[in-house]
This record gives sequence, C-alpha cells and structure tokens, in this order.
Amino acid sequence: MLNYAWLILLFPLLGLLTNLILGRWLHDELIGWIASTAVFLSFLVAVGLFFALRSLPADGRQYQLLLWHWMRVDLFRADVKLLIDPLSVVMGLVVTGIGFLIHVYAIGYMKGDQRVQRFFVFMNFFILAMLTLVFANNFILLYVGWEGVGLASYLLIGFWFEKPSAAEAGKKAFLVNRVGDFGMALAIMWIFKLSGRVEFLDIAKNVQALAPEATAITLLLLLAVTGKSAQIPLYIWLPDAMEGPTPVSALIHAATMVTAGVYLIARTAAIFLLSPFTMTLVATIGVVTAFFAATMAMAQVDLKRILAYSTISQIGYMILGVGVGAFSAGIFHLVTHAFFKALLFLGAGAVMHAFHGELDIRKMGGLRHKMPQTFWTFAIAAAALAGLPPFAGFFSKDEILWSVWLHSPWMWALGLLTAFMTAYYSTRAVVVPFMGKPRDKHLYEHAHEVSAVMTVPLWLLAIGAAFSGLLGLPHISLIGHWLAPVFASLHMGGEAAGGSLEWIFMGLSTLVVLAGIGTAYYAYMVNTAFPQQFRRSLGFIDNLVQHKWYVDELYMAVIVHPLWDLGGWFADVFDRKVIDGAVNGLAWVTGEIGGGVRKLQTGLVGWYAFSLFLGAVLLLGYFMLIW
Amino acid sequence: MTITLPSISLLPYLPEIVLLITALLVLVIDTFAGEKRWLVWLALLGTIVAGVTTWSLSLGPTLYLQDMLAADPYALFIDMVVLIITAISLLLAYDWLNSHAHQQGEYVALLLFSAVGMMTMGAATNVITIFVALEILSLSLYVLTGFARERLTSGEAALKYFLLGAFASAFFLYGVALLYGATGHFDLVGIGKNMAGTGLMAAAGVALLLVGFSFKVALAPFHMWTPDVYQGAPTSVTAFMSVGAKAAGFAAFLRFFHVALAGSYATWGPALAALAVLTMTWGNLAALNQESVKRMLAYSSIAHAGYALVGLAAGNALGMSGLLFYLLAYAFMNLGAFGVIIMLEKKGSGDLSMSALRGTAREHPLLAATMAVFMFSLAGVPPLAGFFGKFYVFGAAVKANMTWLAIVGIINSAISAYYYLRVSVLMYMVEPDENTTDVATNNRPVLAFALLVALVFVIGIGLWPGIWMQMAQQAAALLG
Repeated sequence: MLNYAWLILLFPLLGLLTNLILGRWLHDELIGWIASTAVFLSFLVAVGLFFALRSLPADGRQYQLLLWHWMRVDLFRADVKLLIDPLSVVMGLVVTGIGFLIHVYAIGYMKGDQRVQRFFVFMNFFILAMLTLVFANNFILLYVGWEGVGLASYLLIGFWFEKPSAAEAGKKAFLVNRVGDFGMALAIMWIFKLSGRVEFLDIAKNVQALAPEATAITLLLLLAVTGKSAQIPLYIWLPDAMEGPTPVSALIHAATMVTAGVYLIARTAAIFLLSPFTMTLVATIGVVTAFFAATMAMAQVDLKRILAYSTISQIGYMILGVGVGAFSAGIFHLVTHAFFKALLFLGAGAVMHAFHGELDIRKMGGLRHKMPQTFWTFAIAAAALAGLPPFAGFFSKDEILWSVWLHSPWMWALGLLTAFMTAYYSTRAVVVPFMGKPRDKHLYEHAHEVSAVMTVPLWLLAIGAAFSGLLGLPHISLIGHWLAPVFASLHMGGEAAGGSLEWIFMGLSTLVVLAGIGTAYYAYMVNTAFPQQFRRSLGFIDNLVQHKWYVDELYMAVIVHPLWDLGGWFADVFDRKVIDGAVNGLAWVTGEIGGGVRKLQTGLVGWYAFSLFLGAVLLLGYFMLIW
Repeated sequence: MTITLPSISLLPYLPEIVLLITALLVLVIDTFAGEKRWLVWLALLGTIVAGVTTWSLSLGPTLYLQDMLAADPYALFIDMVVLIITAISLLLAYDWLNSHAHQQGEYVALLLFSAVGMMTMGAATNVITIFVALEILSLSLYVLTGFARERLTSGEAALKYFLLGAFASAFFLYGVALLYGATGHFDLVGIGKNMAGTGLMAAAGVALLLVGFSFKVALAPFHMWTPDVYQGAPTSVTAFMSVGAKAAGFAAFLRFFHVALAGSYATWGPALAALAVLTMTWGNLAALNQESVKRMLAYSSIAHAGYALVGLAAGNALGMSGLLFYLLAYAFMNLGAFGVIIMLEKKGSGDLSMSALRGTAREHPLLAATMAVFMFSLAGVPPLAGFFGKFYVFGAAVKANMTWLAIVGIINSAISAYYYLRVSVLMYMVEPDENTTDVATNNRPVLAFALLVALVFVIGIGLWPGIWMQMAQQAAALLG
C-alpha cells in the first residue's frame, strides 16, 4: 500500500484536469461530483496508508517514497519524494476527509453560480497543493505546496472578483502571505547552507549542524508560520478572507491553509527545539493571539467574522501547544478543530444561503424553527468550540492547557481566560441567530432549510465534532500514541504525568466554560440590556475591541501608506525622470546615430556593421593584449 | 609511389543524408504535385526517419570523413534538438504555407537544408567543417527570411541579414586562416595540441572566430541584425531560426572552446563572461519598451543567448551540460511563443503588436493560458523548463567561483519578468480594444497541435528535468 502513496496526489490532479479540460461540456453538478469523488478517493488512499502504517511496528512507521529526481546539483537534492509517517497521515486524513465533505456541500452551495467549473478546479488544486505540502519529504517540495496553497487561496478568496471587496481580500491574503513566504525561503536557504541538506529526516539526523544559527533560522520559519496560520503579527488577512464563497472559508479555516503553519512547526520540531528562545516566542505568540482574537470575536456582529476571529484564536491555542513542546496535543487540537470549524462555517453558509447573503446576527433570531438541522449541527459545533465536555474541543484544548500549566502558569491563566471568552462568543453565535424571537420579520419569512446535499455533510461533520475528542482521552490517548513515534526523541522536559491534578484541572476548565456559556446565555436571552451596560462600563477598551484594536489602521499607517508613498514616488519621480529619461535618452541616441547613418544612404545596415566591427576590434584588442 | 584512397564511411552521417534526400524529394515532387500540402507531411516524415536513425546510431566517439565530423553523443544530442525544432517548425508553417502554395516546396526544402547545416554544426570537429555547415545553414536562412515577398520588410530583413552575415563570415574565415597559420591545424584537437606557446596570430584568430560565433548566436554587440530580421521574416521562419540557429551556433561554439581552447580557459573565460553580461543586459533593457511582440521576443532571444553563454563562460562540466539543457528548453518555449503569435497575427501583416494582445484571454482562454505558460517559462518561473535551464547554467557559474555572474543573471531575469509578464497582464487584465476583434484565430488544428507539443514539453521538462539533464550530461561528458 505504501508504495501507492502517490495516488493520494494523483486523484485531485486527475479531478482537476478532467474538470479543466472537459468541464466546458459537463453539467455543473457533475463537475462538483467529479471533484468530490477525486477528493474522496484520496481520502480512501489516506485511510489505506493509515492501516498500512499501523501494521508496522511503532518505531518503524516511517516510509519514504521516491517518485522521481527533480533538482539535483551536487549535494543539493530536491526530489519529488513523499514522507509517510503518522504525522503526515493524520494531516492527510484531515485534509481529504474534511475536504471531501466541504466539496460535497459546495455542490449545493455553488448551484447556479456562473463559474462552477473554475470553482471546483481551484478547489481540487487547493487540496492537491495542501497534500503536496503535507506529504513532502523535503523543504523544496514543501515550499511548492506552500506556495500552491497561497495561490489557491488567492484565487478562491477573490473568486467573486467582480466584488471589489473580494478582489481586495484576495490580494491582501496573497501579499501578507508573501511576507511569511519570504521568511520561509530564507530559512530554507540558510538550512541548506549550514547542513547541506533539504530533506527533513536528514536534517533531523544532523540537526546539530544548525545549532549555531538555530534562533535566526527558526525565527524565519516562525515568520512563515505566522503568515500562513494567521498569527500575530500577520493574522490580518484571515478575517477578510471570508469574502470568498463559504466552502472556501471552511476549507481555509479547517482543512487546508491555516493548519499548515502548525504542521510546519511539528514537522521541523527538531530544529525549533534547538532554540529555547524561539520556542518561548512561539508559545507567547500563540497565547497572545488566542487572547486578542477572542476579544475581537466577542465584539463582531457578522457571523462569519466571529468564526474567522475564533479560528485565529484556536490556531493560537495550537501554536501555544506546539510552542510548549506538546506537539501531539497541538496536532490533536488541529484535528478536532478541523471538524467543528468546518461545520461552523458550513452552518454559517447555510444561514447565509437561507438569508440571501445576510450575515449580521442582529438581524437574525429564532432561526431554529426554520432551520432545525442547521441549528442542531451548528449548536454541536459551537459546543465543541466552546470546549464543553464531552464534545471534541474540550479534550484537545484541555490537553494543551495542561501541558501549558507544566510550562508556564501565566500562559495557562491567559489560556484559561481565553477559554472563558471562547465559551462566551460561541454561545452568542448560537443564541443570537437561532434562538429568541425573529428580529427581521421580512428576512425570517423567506428563510428555509437547505437541501440534503448540504445537510448530510453537516451531520457527518457533527459526528466528528461530537466524538473526535474521544481520540484523545487523557491517559489512553489514541492520537497521542499514534503520533508518539514522530516526536519520540523530542522532549522539552517537564511533561510529567499529572495524576489527580490533571483531573482537577479538567474540572476547573469545565467550570470556566460553563461560566462563559452561562454569562452569554444571561446576556443574550435573559437580560438583553446587559451587553450594552457591560460595554459602557468598559469605556475606551470597548472602543478598542470594536475596532479590532486598530491593528488594520496601524498597518495602514505604518506599512501600507508609506509603501504607497514610496510607490508613488517611484512612479512619479524615479520612473518618469530616471527610467523614462534613460529610455528616451537611449532612443534619442540611437535615433541620432540612425539619422546620421541614414544621411550616408546606406540604411541602418552600415551602423550594424559598424557595431560588429567595433566589437571585433574590442575582442581583438582583448585577446591580443591578454594572450 | 602508392596512393591510398581514404576509406569513406558515410553511415554516421545518415540522419543528415535522410534529410537531404527528403529535401530533394520535396523539390522534385513540388514540380509535379497539384496538391502541395502533402510536402509538409513528407518533410515531417523525413524528419522522423532522421530522428529514428539518430537514435539507432551507436553512442561511441566515432570520427569519420577524415576526422572532419564526429558521431559522438554530443552530436547526436544536437541532432535530436535540431530535428525536434525542425518538426515543430514545419507544423508551425503549415497554415502559412497554404496561403503561399506556389512557394511551398522551396520553403520546405530550404528549411530542411538549413536543418542539415545545423546538424552538421553539432557534428563538426574541424573549423573548415564548421564554416561550411555555418554557410549551409545561413544561406538557407537568408532566403527563408525574405520569403514573404508581399511584404517589403521581409525582403529588407533578408538583405540585411545577408549583408551582415557575409561580413561576419569573413571575420570567421579570417580567424580560421590565422589559426591555421599559428598552429598548422584545422581540426579542433590538433589546434588544441599546438596552442601552447603560440603568439598574437593565434590570439587574433580566436578573437575573430569568436566574432563569427557571436554573430550567429546574437551576442551583443554583434546582435544588431536580430530585431530587424526577426521582425521582418515570416513568423514561422523567425521561430525556426531563433532556436535552430542558436542551438547550432552554440553547439559549434561550445565544442570549439572546450576542445580546441581547453588549455586557455583563463583567457577566454572572463571575455565570455563579459560578453554574457553585456548581452543579457542589453537584450533585456531593449526588450522592455517594445511595441511589437516579435521584436520583444527578438530582444528576449538576445538576452537568452546571454544566459546560455553563462554556461559556456563557467567552463566546467555542469556549464556544458547546462548549456545543452538550456538550448533544448529554450527551443520548446520560444517555438511555442512564436506559435501563439502565428495564431494571433493578422493575415498578411506578419507581426503582432502588444496592444493587439489586449483582453485576448476573454475570447481565447486556452490560447492565452498557453502563451502565459511560455512567458512564465521564458521568465524562468519554476517549475517550468526555462527555470531549470537558468538553474543549471547559473549553478555552473557559482561552481566556477563566478557567483557575481550568476547574480547578474538573476537580476536580469528579474528585469525580464517585466516584459514577459506584461504579455500576461495585457491578455488577462486589460479590456479588449475594439480593433483587436479582427485578430485571426480560425480553427487551425495543425498549429494547435504544435503548440500542444511545445506546451507539454515545457511543463514536462520542468517536472522531470533529470531525464533531459542526464542526456545533456552524457552528451557533454566526452568533450571533457
């Protein structure tokens, strides 16, 4: 089976090509099914790989498959070579499994769109790029996937490019990601310079070669991570990214894009562990991002924006987890998050579908009567997000927090506070649109449940959101054991088994979550004046949160405007005076010479011959002098 | 006194002979045939047979015809490149020829004669053979350049090309004479052996030969003819000579410097590096502001000659195989780019202006996407063929401790991205002009097929560069 791992890449490629070439003559729905089938077949391959690996002894679960030699100059060997180990297989399962359900949902969601063919070609490409990233055994191939994911996200976020906001959002995502990719490229070159290798396993074996410059290298990698995984300081593209069709948001947030950063840290953990400074920074960025994004999520009124900030916050948890060395906990949260975040987005998409694109939760209310299936699945996902036991998010978040406690109490405290806010905004996202009374009668009248092709994926995801947490029950963690060989040699210390203390902590975080849910329920169902009063009491902080801490404005003032001005200067002064001057000058000179030659009535050939002659004189002079 | 007759074995020359016979057949049939379009297919068949013959030849370093020619892997590699170029060029010309039916036979025959010259350039191990091959290929090209008789520019281009070509050939021939005077040898190995201790005469000979080669592959400042000739010639001819003459020119250029002048690399290495810098910079800067797509590609071809020369200037094994790889990659992407121009140019104009590209993606999405791939490849965007060409030759420069040369090359690639991407921008992001609606793109399956072949290779070479690089390495290995 392992020798057929390349099939996992082949199927999305085939789907993509089929739709690209034949799509023009195919029915829209068929296009969607072709694309979905392709991803499903990849999923089957991933399942096959999983069982094939499982049949091997735990410490031998590592397989490299060389497809072909790609770039080889001396020691530099970047081949198209896959790495199949527990980590890549888990990622592969998430990408293809969740990706498949999103594809199916998209068949219903994109019905009637003018460019269904283009949409599914891009979607398959997105999956293909992400799988390339995940299964690459070396940095160069990973970089190919990394850039491919960036390209796909640009194309899909800006899919409705007629809308200026969508086109802008696509551009923003692309540009912000470029900043991170720049760090990635430099890091790869640096790693190659020091170790002479680009394959992960080789690098891990000789990781000490990187030790002298490890901090700089990992900081560059971290820059790449913050770009792709939407962490401080490069998170600003993600909230705008919901301008794309909702299935795209689901794909970006759950399966394909933002998880890439977490995966990168896990994959290059050996390098990161060389630099305690960077690891601390990783954890700090994670927890601070988790906290700030949660505050912003609490203040949003746009359903998809709430979810977008919640993704940033949740990815912050994962980064926090890997930052304290709890790699498998971070990956575990990635898996559970993929289920419930995909479900939340698809649910939001269903609401949007029913509401003709309206996403302001203040105009909704009472939707559970009109859309019961969407409501129940959305509620399950929100419970998972909130971290309510026994839903998925509880176990994974708790495992991260437990590891953090062993590492740094203040981060743990901030993480726990964030858990409270998470519970609060998740509850709000359910209560306000779905419960209570309808706020906008007109919109409410027209609302309706979505079709089966959309609700079935919702339910399948809901099962995952409800139960995937059981993969990681404390002490008998299946996923922990599965990933253990990958991170076997990578310990930061201080991972003592907790015993009874761990159970107390679980109880504590359950209480915090319940408090958050209770507060939100009180605020939006019982005493609806409470949010207003509370905000007033916050004073200027409320204003800050409302405006997302003015970070976008800060970026505008500090980076974008100066660059614009610089660009303007280049266009006005440099381009017009210097470049145009040079070009015009050259034209003038050749014109003059041409004119002069033309007077001799030999046409331009004379001048050409003269130049040839001049060159010959120069070469003769050179060779005769140097010989 | 006994006179020993030289034993003549023409077997290794079989690919060229096949092409010659095909060309003669084409000429003969042309006088009888009523339906002329079969001539192209006949020529294509001859090309394929020649290709099969090439494959079946042994790969040993066999010299033949009094050691005037070699049938080594190097020659066979060049044969392969030239035959591919010839086949695609025939397909590119198919539709244009149907509107020039009375000249069809001559065109096809001249193309094949020129190809014979190109292949002989790759096989030549003697400066005299190189000269003869150079003339065979050039004379055919002069005529082909002037083939669009209905356009004055075509005739003008032919005349210019001929005059300057003759001028450059004179330099070349004088260089041959001086080299013979200094070393007493015409064959490359002999020249190489007797190079030590030679004086100014040999130096002048080398310089003048370099002028001849530089003219043929269009290095600055010997490139001035290129834009006018490329623009004036029928586009299918431009496509053919832009890659064919370049490949053949570089083939002989490389063999001469590495076989005859291996010992004096310290002398010519810096000179070639300087020429490379001058050539790519000049080509790229001049290409920035062109209004005619053909002219832009002419300057681009000058820039590419500069990049390819980096491999030669590096003087190491990677540089040689990198240069051969470059010639192959460049053949496909440039033939493809000119093919798209043929597809889009207005009938009888023989040219395509940049503004005519506006918004073509709207009406011809596939054609625009194909052109974009060729442009990206020419710009050197991974993972396309053009990227790997640059990757290898710049890598060779780094290996030869000429990192500065690689950096100049990379800066130049960045500059070139401007004008290559401008084509994509015009096609995709600008509203179509009203007067571009008459861009002719009726259904032309033969041309479309040629484009598809070029496209598949541009992408395929990018994904599997190893296979081609291995061939190039084998070809370069025996030159040592």
